[in-house]
Amino acid sequence: MIPLEWYITLGFFLFAIGVTGVLIRRNVIMMLLSVELILNSANITFVAYSNYHQSITGQMMVFFILTMAAAEVALGLALVIALYRVRTTLNIDEINRLKW
Amino acid sequence: MTGQLLFLYFGGMTVAGAIVAVAAPNLVYSALALLVTFIHIAGIYILMNAEFIAAVQIIVYAGAILVLYLFVLMLFNPRQEKLYMHKQYKVGVFLGAVVLFLMLFAGFRTEILSLGGSYTPDLVEELGHTRAIGNALFTDFIFPFEMASLILLVAMFGAIILAGSGRRRRKGPGGRVDLSARDEAKKALADS
Repeated sequence: MIPLEWYITLGFFLFAIGVTGVLIRRNVIMMLLSVELILNSANITFVAYSNYHQSITGQMMVFFILTMAAAEVALGLALVIALYRVRTTLNIDEINRLKW
Repeated sequence: MTGQLLFLYFGGMTVAGAIVAVAAPNLVYSALALLVTFIHIAGIYILMNAEFIAAVQIIVYAGAILVLYLFVLMLFNPRQEKLYMHKQYKVGVFLGAVVLFLMLFAGFRTEILSLGGSYTPDLVEELGHTRAIGNALFTDFIFPFEMASLILLVAMFGAIILAGSGRRRRKGPGGRVDLSARDEAKKALADS
């Protein structure tokens, strides 16, 4: 039997790596990819507690997080495409004017 | 014992794939490392008796979301940049480590007792995991389910409107007006 703490620790590690990725990468697409890592860490934690408490509610939450992640990716990448049309760059340091 | 070894393999590959995805200079390599992470997360779900979630993880994350990322990456074909990280990336790594240690410090302060709910592994095995999920989804969670479909619909409209062809904008008089306004602003800046 695998203790609960192992799963939670794995979720923590994934979350920290995702936060680091959002902070250090300069490409907008890579920042969105790191957000996916953060969402996956939340999913792992939800399923771990669901398994531990023998309740199915946590796994339902994972479904809705998946839905939200799909919507977020579609909208985020659409925004990136629109941004690239206007600025022809994906570098986050060069996207510094709120008014285009 | 076997389960723990399997967990160590899946967890190690998950973390390794995530680190490679965050640190790799090539964007396509990053996306492929993320694929490794997602597939091993599905293995961890199977260890946690959540087979249906594991299947959905592979279908939705590895199958749909990552393919979307790869399409956009290959559409842009971004040139390989020497400086793919911020100049102050050490600060970012330090902040990530601080977040990790804070969570490890705070997460295990209290002991959490198992509530012992009704969905025991035996029941799920007898009922089938898909049926157990479906029973819960279409009875207790029917309203969030409908809201999820609404969110997906709105996201679809938003993606089409945002990423749709910008031809209409260019044809209309708005673009020309914007351009002339920008030129005038430049002239005013040069005069002053």
